[in-house]
Amino acid sequence: MNKIKGIFAVLLAVMIITAFISPAFLTSYNIENLLRRSALFGILGIGVSFVIMTGGIDLSLGSLVCLVGCLTPWLIIDVGIPAPWVLSGLLLLSLGLGLLHGVLVTKLRLQPFLVTLCGLFIYRGVTRGILSDQTVGFGTSGTVLKSLGNGRIPVTDTFGLPIPLIILVLVALGAGFLLRRTLWGRHLIAIGSNETAARHCGIEVDRVKMGAYAICALLTGIAGLLIVLDTGTAQPSNFGNFYELYAIAAAVLGGCSLRGGEGTVIGVLIGATLVQVLRNAIVLIDGIPEASEFAVIGAVIMIAVITDEVMRRRSGKNKLA
Amino acid sequence: MNLRPPLLEVSSITKTFGGVTALSEVSFAIEPGEIVAIIGENGAGKSTLAKVMSGVHSPDSGFVTVDGSRCEFRNSAEAAEYGISRIPQELELCDSMTVEENLLLGREPLKSMGRLDFPECLKMTRSALEMVDLKIDPHQLVGDLGHGQRQLIAIARALHTSARLLILDEPTATLSPLETQVLLHRLIEMKKSGSAIVMITHRLAEVEEIADRVIVLRDGENVGSLEGKEIQRDAMIRCMVGRDLSPIEPEVSEFGDPRLIVRELMTQDHPEAVSLQVRSGERVAIAGLVGSGRSELLEAIFGLRPRSGHVSVDQCDLSRAGVKESVRAGLALIPEERSSQGLALQRSVSENASLPGLFREAGRFGTLDRHAGAAVAQKIVKELDVRPPRTDIPASDLSGGNQQKIVIGKWLDLNPAVVLLDEPTRGVDVGAREEIHKRIRDLSFSGKSVLFASSEMEEVLSLSHRIIVLSEGKMMGTLVSAETTEEEIMALATGGEIHE
Repeated sequence: MNKIKGIFAVLLAVMIITAFISPAFLTSYNIENLLRRSALFGILGIGVSFVIMTGGIDLSLGSLVCLVGCLTPWLIIDVGIPAPWVLSGLLLLSLGLGLLHGVLVTKLRLQPFLVTLCGLFIYRGVTRGILSDQTVGFGTSGTVLKSLGNGRIPVTDTFGLPIPLIILVLVALGAGFLLRRTLWGRHLIAIGSNETAARHCGIEVDRVKMGAYAICALLTGIAGLLIVLDTGTAQPSNFGNFYELYAIAAAVLGGCSLRGGEGTVIGVLIGATLVQVLRNAIVLIDGIPEASEFAVIGAVIMIAVITDEVMRRRSGKNKLA
Repeated sequence: MNLRPPLLEVSSITKTFGGVTALSEVSFAIEPGEIVAIIGENGAGKSTLAKVMSGVHSPDSGFVTVDGSRCEFRNSAEAAEYGISRIPQELELCDSMTVEENLLLGREPLKSMGRLDFPECLKMTRSALEMVDLKIDPHQLVGDLGHGQRQLIAIARALHTSARLLILDEPTATLSPLETQVLLHRLIEMKKSGSAIVMITHRLAEVEEIADRVIVLRDGENVGSLEGKEIQRDAMIRCMVGRDLSPIEPEVSEFGDPRLIVRELMTQDHPEAVSLQVRSGERVAIAGLVGSGRSELLEAIFGLRPRSGHVSVDQCDLSRAGVKESVRAGLALIPEERSSQGLALQRSVSENASLPGLFREAGRFGTLDRHAGAAVAQKIVKELDVRPPRTDIPASDLSGGNQQKIVIGKWLDLNPAVVLLDEPTRGVDVGAREEIHKRIRDLSFSGKSVLFASSEMEEVLSLSHRIIVLSEGKMMGTLVSAETTEEEIMALATGGEIHE
């Protein structure tokens, strides 16, 4: 809980500082945009945190975003398959790929890092191969469908709630319920905390883990869809690049331990928002070159991790082995 | 005549691992309301037997019957359904979860659709904690609890899953004398209420205190069974090692100059200054309860913890030194946890045994010969009689006692001036223990200084010349071993005064 408070304080601090330096930050246009981006990356962050809580990792997420994001406009516009079929088909495909990751990790005992690293290469390669690296897009059609990604519920003249934010709230409520209120969630955390203990308590470790990978991939698929519906076009060679790293960063900033067994949905949401606010601040603040985005994000995560470790040592100093 | 079949019976169990026979034709039975102790030297097959009884391993031949009917457990969860529950030496608890979550893991009460029933969770937790009479907040993290409480949580968990037979693998190895007494007392009460208890232990005093029956294993075979008045230390040792242990020869102690000098040593955790000296040929014990800072003191002297004050070895000032300098000046620390602090378990015996001294064999740019360290490893394995005598197998394939020999051997090979040992015989059986004690005595006879921390009073009293008693990091006093008693040490350790 202290971790969450800490990262929330950092988020507030970054927002206040940015607001002071750049008047553009608090405009309703910017806030709405920020909420939309945070929502999309929040969904990815929640997805990957399920896997991280089991002590695993999913690196394939950015490439899966690319696969789903690029195939959606291509199948609907260029191939001409009805949208409902395309959407449900691609989400099922995501779910299936997640299950496949889970099976490889649990049944073949492959390391999650390797399985999903292969996924990272394969999904992007497949997408680029199918589309021959051609940019795909909706053009002027599909307005209704696109509103899922770029739509808004007007609140005032200039400000509206982005539809993805509503979807994120639903996802977050569902995820929180799963993790804190159900057997499955408790078992998931137990596995991450001590897999042997969980196994000896009769928990079906393999099944729970497969579920975690499946949920991660499904949420990734959903996010991929929403992102392409928001942007309207997608280029296979860079769509979704590094998104897995943004998602993992959100989870880690939000209090997930990469060793597993720890993490909360609210923490991940704050983490995802922090990453997006940082990206936004880099664009808005004149002194920071935009190209140095990664350096800033890397430094912030590093500082957060170091602070956390120092705090833990302080508080743990009276605890004796 | 009791015609009811026993609660659990193992018949002619044989189990081999990769050609090594761990158990051979072992049979015994246990009735409700009985405490059976399983004792034996390292590698005698005690833990393997416990694992076969609880479904972790399936036997190569032989069978297990529960209430007279034959059972083939595929895993420990199936054994638990028959009321058989094993609590391993390394407790299987989820440290990042709460007491309640741990107690109910795998059998959480549910409402519809897989939802947890929180009020019922709390109720079950309360009743489980009551079974071991543990007063503790159900929402506390298990990782924040002490060893004794963690042990009780594991037992509460087992009992509350309606375990009729508890199999405890070295339950007291990590407990303080007080915690041990609490636990033994609980076990006797559980027995009175009809539970059967199988306990694996190295501490024969505990066996004498609570066991109704003793099963002795040697090299995987059941070599004897003692009951009632037969349960006596000497008889047990004779049975375990198959011979009488040679009595310790009285020693003439003559000490030389101090080799280790510690003055005003302070650490962040324990701001009380500690000063001590260990002379050449002297063995000094550090006694105290769990949490008294025994390990921390040794680690601070070794340079593992930030500290202030003065430390020197053979006039070499180490006050500002780190571990590397300490090692080269002739300090060695043999740590408490051999699996996490002492060995790289996946790596070979050879790599492990040669690690601390490897710098002696390195070339100018830190290059190493392909066979570097092999000779050292061979020597250690031979000198300490490691079984099996192989250096190419992973350290994890050795039994606990043999692993401990590697840990001790790798440091002694450096020929240190001062040897620090943290719980030198924790979780080690009588035979190996005598052997380790003999090694430690030999060290001091050859003029080295020995400073060791131990939670076992017997070891503290029999192995040391002097005893330093700590309580919460503070030196409570120094006692001369030949003239003091366990009661005196405990009085100091618990912070009390000695009343003459």
